[in-house]
Parts: sequence; structure tokens; C-alpha cells
Amino acid sequence: MQELEPVIGLEIHVELMTKTKLFCGCSVGFGAEPNSQTCPVCLGHPGSLPVLNKQAVEYAVKAGLALNCRIASTCKFDRKQYFYPDMSKNYQISQYDQPLCGEGYVDLEVDGKKKRIRIKRAHLEEDAGKLVHGSTAGGDVSLVDYNRSGVPLLEIVTEPDISSPAEARLFLTKLRNIIQYTGVSDCRMEEGSLRCDANISLRPRGTTELGTKTEIKNLNSFRAVERALAYEIERQTKVLAAGERVIQETRHWDEQAEVTRGMRSKEEAHDYRYFPDPNLLPLLVDQGWVERIRATLPELPDARKRRFMEELGLSDYDAEVLVAAKDVADYYEEVLKYYGDAKMAVNWVMVELMGLLRKEGLEITACPVSAENLGKLLVLQEKGTISGKMAKDIFAEMFSTGQDPETIVKEKGLSQISDAGVLAGLVDKVLAANPESVAAYRGGKDRALGYLVGQVMKETRGQANPQLVNQLLRERLDQPE
Amino acid sequence: MELWKLPAHSLHKLLVGGEVTAQEITSAFLQRLREVEPQLQAFITVTEELALEQAQEIDRRREKGEELPPLAGIPFALKDNISVRGIPTTCGSKMLENYIPVYDATIYKRLREAGSVLVGKTNMDEFAMGSSTEFSAFHVTRNPWNLERVPGGSSGGSAAAIAAGAANFALGTDTGGSIRQPAAFCGIVGIKPTYGRVSRYGVIPFASSLDQAGPMARTVTDAALVLNVISGHDQRDSTALKEPVPDYTSYLVPDVAGLKIGVPKEYFGEGIAPEVGAAIWEGIRLLEKLGARVEEFSLQTASHCLSAYYIIAPAEASSNLACYDGIRYGYRADVDDLLGMYTKSRRVLGSEVRRRIMLGTYALSAGYYDAYYHKAQQARTLIRQEFKEAFEKYDVLITPTTPNVAFALGAMVDDLLAMYLSDVCTLAANLAGLPAISLPCGFSQGMPIGMQILGKPFAEGKILQVAYTFEQETEYHKEFPPVSKGVM
Repeated sequence: MQELEPVIGLEIHVELMTKTKLFCGCSVGFGAEPNSQTCPVCLGHPGSLPVLNKQAVEYAVKAGLALNCRIASTCKFDRKQYFYPDMSKNYQISQYDQPLCGEGYVDLEVDGKKKRIRIKRAHLEEDAGKLVHGSTAGGDVSLVDYNRSGVPLLEIVTEPDISSPAEARLFLTKLRNIIQYTGVSDCRMEEGSLRCDANISLRPRGTTELGTKTEIKNLNSFRAVERALAYEIERQTKVLAAGERVIQETRHWDEQAEVTRGMRSKEEAHDYRYFPDPNLLPLLVDQGWVERIRATLPELPDARKRRFMEELGLSDYDAEVLVAAKDVADYYEEVLKYYGDAKMAVNWVMVELMGLLRKEGLEITACPVSAENLGKLLVLQEKGTISGKMAKDIFAEMFSTGQDPETIVKEKGLSQISDAGVLAGLVDKVLAANPESVAAYRGGKDRALGYLVGQVMKETRGQANPQLVNQLLRERLDQPE
Repeated sequence: MELWKLPAHSLHKLLVGGEVTAQEITSAFLQRLREVEPQLQAFITVTEELALEQAQEIDRRREKGEELPPLAGIPFALKDNISVRGIPTTCGSKMLENYIPVYDATIYKRLREAGSVLVGKTNMDEFAMGSSTEFSAFHVTRNPWNLERVPGGSSGGSAAAIAAGAANFALGTDTGGSIRQPAAFCGIVGIKPTYGRVSRYGVIPFASSLDQAGPMARTVTDAALVLNVISGHDQRDSTALKEPVPDYTSYLVPDVAGLKIGVPKEYFGEGIAPEVGAAIWEGIRLLEKLGARVEEFSLQTASHCLSAYYIIAPAEASSNLACYDGIRYGYRADVDDLLGMYTKSRRVLGSEVRRRIMLGTYALSAGYYDAYYHKAQQARTLIRQEFKEAFEKYDVLITPTTPNVAFALGAMVDDLLAMYLSDVCTLAANLAGLPAISLPCGFSQGMPIGMQILGKPFAEGKILQVAYTFEQETEYHKEFPPVSKGVM
């Protein structure tokens, strides 16, 4: 049998962080009391009408531009119709054949080579409510929370350009990163502000015709996307190897069992009966406005990475890791406002800071050490006021107390002794007390020097400037007796 | 003095002159309402207590020396698909029998701000689907000119109530003629405004691209006063356009000199009762005598209106009525499983409503969309285009409002096509989004005949002027119905 290659396309729903819902003035906050953020419009009360939220359009355009999409000059809203209790009107206002954002792309780096994933379209639509199943004294119940009903979503659809589960994950990571940079969504999969469905089919490698695809739903993490796709490749390969045909269907990812399961065909026999929503006028998008939005786009990850490498001299790896998390890169750049050594700063951010954050399970946005204080700490180290070792200790202290480095240095009397006059006496004292080491050093055992430095450091409770101590010791020891 | 017989502007004079109180006006109408309601059955809910409270408030304002707007203290009725917070709004359906809105329709709010007094919610064909009010889930409303005949529909309750003097004016809604046809059948004035002239927020929809609420009154002047209040942009309705609202009473000038009237031949052909056609022509000749120039012309698309309408309206309705699933409000059948709950609950909808939902669902289905919905929209574009061209030549168009006068109760319940055809003259205005007015222009078999005047978009002023001129020259609007059985 010929070797098969997977062909993968993704559909990503991103919740836009507008103040209010897509078609009414209700708040969109996550985690509020059930049905407290509702009104006649998002509850689908008879006679209520949708009014488009301009901020949602602006955010969608912003995301679209960041994904290199062509922004339509005119588009419309359609009703996608099906019955489900979380749908307050039993239709969802979406965009069918005229999406706000047309073709675009995201460039990935796969095995050192550029790989372009084309975006087919991105359109605005309203979210549905949420069903909660439970039981009461009266028996099992299904309750509906309409707080999410009407929250603006941007549905991003890729072309089937993705060739492996790992690539799918890479794409999602990059997409999330780009959207986060634009600030239109926090893209938190665990809170549902980013959701992903995957389409996958197999075909003989080297051919161009698409095979029969399945759609995988219920993917709750990037890992799930990767695992489910891997499972589905395996499953479809077996089906094809057995001479059977892949059935076009929607399959549900079972996180526990790590398998995809076909949903009963009855549940997916949808004819959505799309038609233009007569309650909303066609949306005319002023291209001047689009350009003004484009002007507000922040520097996107690729550009930022390039700058980090070219202007700050960071390595490809460091730059990549930094930009991959916007908040971290922002923090890093903030540190640089107070401290000039970009490479030293990147080490501190990526090793010391990230290490402690990981250990404490904190996001960088909740970091107890402000970028300014980290910058100041590094300045103290550079000036020699404190040693590298002390800097780390002080940093740990800053992390647990939130204090600034000067205060800690002052309160604990930790500043480094860099006065040669003060240290000279101590050096003499240590030399006098350790004749064996002195003899060993002079006998050619360089290692003895380290011991002597340690002794001086001990005398000063670690506060002596080690470079200076080293220098003073050598001067004395290298002098003829 | 029978207050219920007076037009709003006369009542206003008496009220501000201190000759009567708002409470007296309201009481007079309520008394008339109680008198005729047993025969007519025009209302679903009578809000007597609320009306008296609202009237009292107007009297207090007057005593304080406040200047009262023209419709302050004037009793009105609302078709029962217009939401009023806290008052049942049934849409003539068992589905919404116990539904109480949590918010006010914008047009009700505007009338309340104008000081008008709500006396009740009127009967209608279920979800406004019907032309006789016989498709109300609650009861049949009768025509005050002849209790054996229908008042028309779907705003039949409003029309019957106004004709009989149970309220001074009413609001109806018009998707394919539901204001104008009952206005014609009951001998009153009804206006279907330009699509986008009046907010639909809070008006329970039938077909959203066609629905428009409008005034129903005994005189053109009263209708203009109501239109003044309800018109204008609403930030809650994206389709309520920002077009400025003129003072429509400023158009109430008896002058049609030089006016160009187009008379589309197709509206006087087969299916139009000869007496009706004759009465309309008599009206047109009268306007001609007053200085208007009349020309017959042909509207090629006229024959396509009915079929386009019966695709588009049910298609939108099938979607608009999907929300009635028993989950959030309205009737819920006591069934354990979800599908069972949906189907059982929705079975409470009447047969005509279910028929149109099925028609519309079919028209939007995959594989049929292009042949039906899309085609109908194309026809609609052509219809609109042809009217646009007509209005380059004519200021207004005049046609009969209905092919015949009000038919007998029960006559068409089993012949739906015949009933659908009773809207044949009115559908075009909805499809093309045009303003149109119906006003009394004669009688046949003792029943009123309605003349329809159509204008170009936002030319309400113009059609009001023509209607006013005609009204000043005729006596039809001064007749009051007997509210009794007539001679069939």
C-alpha cells in the first residue's frame, strides 16, 4: 500500500474581549452568576432585535489584519438554524457566504523551513449559552445558562494546509500568540475563549485530491488536538488499509479513553437553512477605518523576534521563547528600560524569573517582582554593589516579599565590600592563618587560591567583592616573599 | 356629546380647554368598549384599570399647568403582538397565552411618552398569519358593519375596535396588508409606513423584512398624529432608519393640483369586484377634478407579488418562530425528552402557523433554497425596481386596498388560496418597502370599500396629503357602523 499523508484543516473559535455582547449591551465577563448577564435580546425574547457591536467588528478586523486577511468592504449576517436549548433563538447569527475577513495566512517554521498555512476566512458570530446537567430532589435536570449567549466569536477557518498533528499544534500556538498580541482575546482554552475543531483526511503522499474527512470536536487543549489527530490518523489508516472507506462524520474526542468516537448520524444530520438575517443591515466596512485599525496593530511576534535578534543580539532560541509569550516579552522589554545589557537580562528573565514563576505556579502578569525592580537589581550587580551570588539571593527575597532590591540590600546590610583598603586587612589575616594553602599555591597548586578566596568571603559573610578579593590575593601571593 | 365619536384633535382641544378630563374621555371610550365588545370580541386583554391610572396621570399633569402633547389622554388599543411590560402579549396564540413581556416595545413607549392611554390589546390572527382574524387561537372578531362578516386581518381586532369607537386609535402591524386590509374592511384609515420608518423593537415578528407597525384611526388627521409619535430611528432596531421625521400634520393640506397619479391596470383586472373597482375609479376621478393628473400604466411584476410573498414571508417566519420551543417562555408540554418537548410544545401552534412554518422551512432547505427563497428575492428586487421606475413618473399610485369588501365569517377558512388572494393588492408595498395608506372611499353591500394610496419610500407626507384632500371632499369617514347584523 502507498504511503499516506494526513491533510488537516482547523476551525478555531476565538472569543473577542469586547466590553459587551455582539448584539446587545450585556456584559461578557466570565464566571458570573448564571443568567445574570442577560437581557431580552440575548435571551431571544419575542420582538427583541440585535444591534451590532462596533467594537466587536473592530476587534475582528484587527485579528483579521494580524492574520494577513483581506478585509471585506461589505459583508452580511446570516442565520444558522438548528434547535438546541442553549440557542436562545434556535438560530445563531453568523456569517455564511460573506465573511468579514477573507483569505490570509500564518507562517510557521517547520524543521527550519518556512511553512505557510493559509487562512480561508474568519467571520463574526454569536456564542450560544451553556447547558449544565445535574440532579435535584425532583430528578435529573438540564439547566441553561445564557450568560455566554451572544458573546462575540471570531471563527477562523484554515485551508487544509497542515501536514501533521505536531504542525497543527505549532499552528495553534502561533495563532494564539498572534491573537494575544493584538489584544482582542486572551485565548484561554480552559475558559473556552479559544476553541478548536479539526478536520482530517488521508491521501496517498504526493497526490493532490482530498480524501474523505472527519471532523473532530471536543478538543479542550492543544495537547488534545495533537493526540486526537494522531489517533485519527491511525484509525483512518487502518480503515483504508482494510480496504474500507472513511465515513464523513463528526467524531468526538474522548479525553479519558484517548479515542475519537463517531456521533450518531442523526445528531449531525444538519441542514442549517442559512439565510440573511433581515434584522441586520449589510455591514459596509469603510476601508479608511480598516487602515486606522491597521495603524493600531502592535508589533507582531515575527517582527518582534526579528528585532530581538537583529537589534538586541539575542539567539534565535531566546528570541523565539520570549516572543512566544507576549507577557514575558513585554516584561523583558520593560526590564531593558532600566538595565542595558540585553543578553544578561534575557538570562535572568528566562532562567531565574521563569524558574521561580514555574515553581510557584504563577503567570508573569502576577509576578511579585516588577520589571523595574529586576532592572535595578541587575544594575546593582553590574556596578559591583552586589555579587552575582548575592543578586540571586536578593532576587529570591524580592520574589517572596515584593520589596525592591535597594531596600533589601540596605536592610540586610548586604552590599558588597569593594573597598580594597578594607579587604586588604582581611586578606592579610587569611594569608597569615593559612600558611599551608599559601605554600601550596606558591608550589603551583592554583586550586589553593579558591580556598583562600572562600576564607575571605567567609570572613565578610559573603559580602566581599570576589573579583577584588581574587585580585588582592594574587597580588600578595605573586609578590616575592 | 359622545366623546368616543370625536377625533383626537377635537378631544385634545376639549382636554386642554378644561371642558373634559382625560378620565372622562377614557371612561367614555371604556364604556363604549364594554357596550360593543360582547358583539365584536375585538380585544384579547382590556386594560381598564391601567387606562384609568394613565388618564389620571394626564389630568394631574394638566392641573399642574403642563402643556399636553396632541395625543395626551387619548385612548388607544394595541394589536396583541406589540409588547407591553407586565401585560400579557399573546400574539393571538396559545403558545404565548401566558407570556408577559419584561420590556416595552419602542412604539408603546413612545405613545406613553406622548401621554396616550392604553385601553387594551386587540385580537389578531395567530402570529399575524391570516386575513380575517378567524385564525386567532382565542376567538373570532366580528366586523362592526356586519357582525356576520370578518373584520379582516390580521389586525382585525384593532380595526373593529376603532371602527366601533372602542378606542380612538390603534396600532396594527402590516406584513402583507394586515393594517390596510382590515382598515378597508372596517371603513377606517390605516397606514403601513415605509419599511424602516417605525421601530420594530418589541413587535413580535412574523416576517422581519416585511413587518411594519402603523396607525389605524378614524381620520387621516388622527393617523398623521399617531405617525408623528411612533416614527423615527431607534437605537434598538438597526432597520429603523435615521431619516428625519417631518411633522406629518404639516402635510394635511387639501391640495392635489398638479399631482401625478399613476393607476396600475393590473390592480383593476380579474378578481377585483366591479363595485370596488368602480368606487376606486370614482375616487380617482374626484382627485382628478381637484387638479390631479391621472394616468393608467402597467406594473408587469404585479402578478409575481403573491408567489414571492408566500415564499419570503413563511421563510422568515419559520426562523422567527423557532424560538417558541417551550424552553424559555411560552407553552411547554410536559414531556421528559428534549425532542418530545420540542414537538409536543410546538404542536400548540395553530394549523395555519404550522403550515407556514413548514412552507418556509422547505423553501430554505438545502437543494430548494435557490429555486424558492433565492428566486423570490430576485423577484422582490424586480418588484422594487419597477416601483422605483413608476415613482419617477408618478407622485402616488392608487389602487383598491382589497379585491372585494369584507367576506362572510367562515367563507374562506377552507379556501386558503382565496384568503391569500384577499391581500393581492397590498403585498407589493411590503415587498418594495413602500408607504401605503388605506382610507374609506365608498360602500358595497353595506360594507366599506378601501382605497389604497402608495408613495415612494419615506413619502408618508405625500400620501397623507392626497388622503386628506380626498377625505375633506367626502363623507365616508363620518359614518359609524351599526355594530349589528347586516343584510347579507
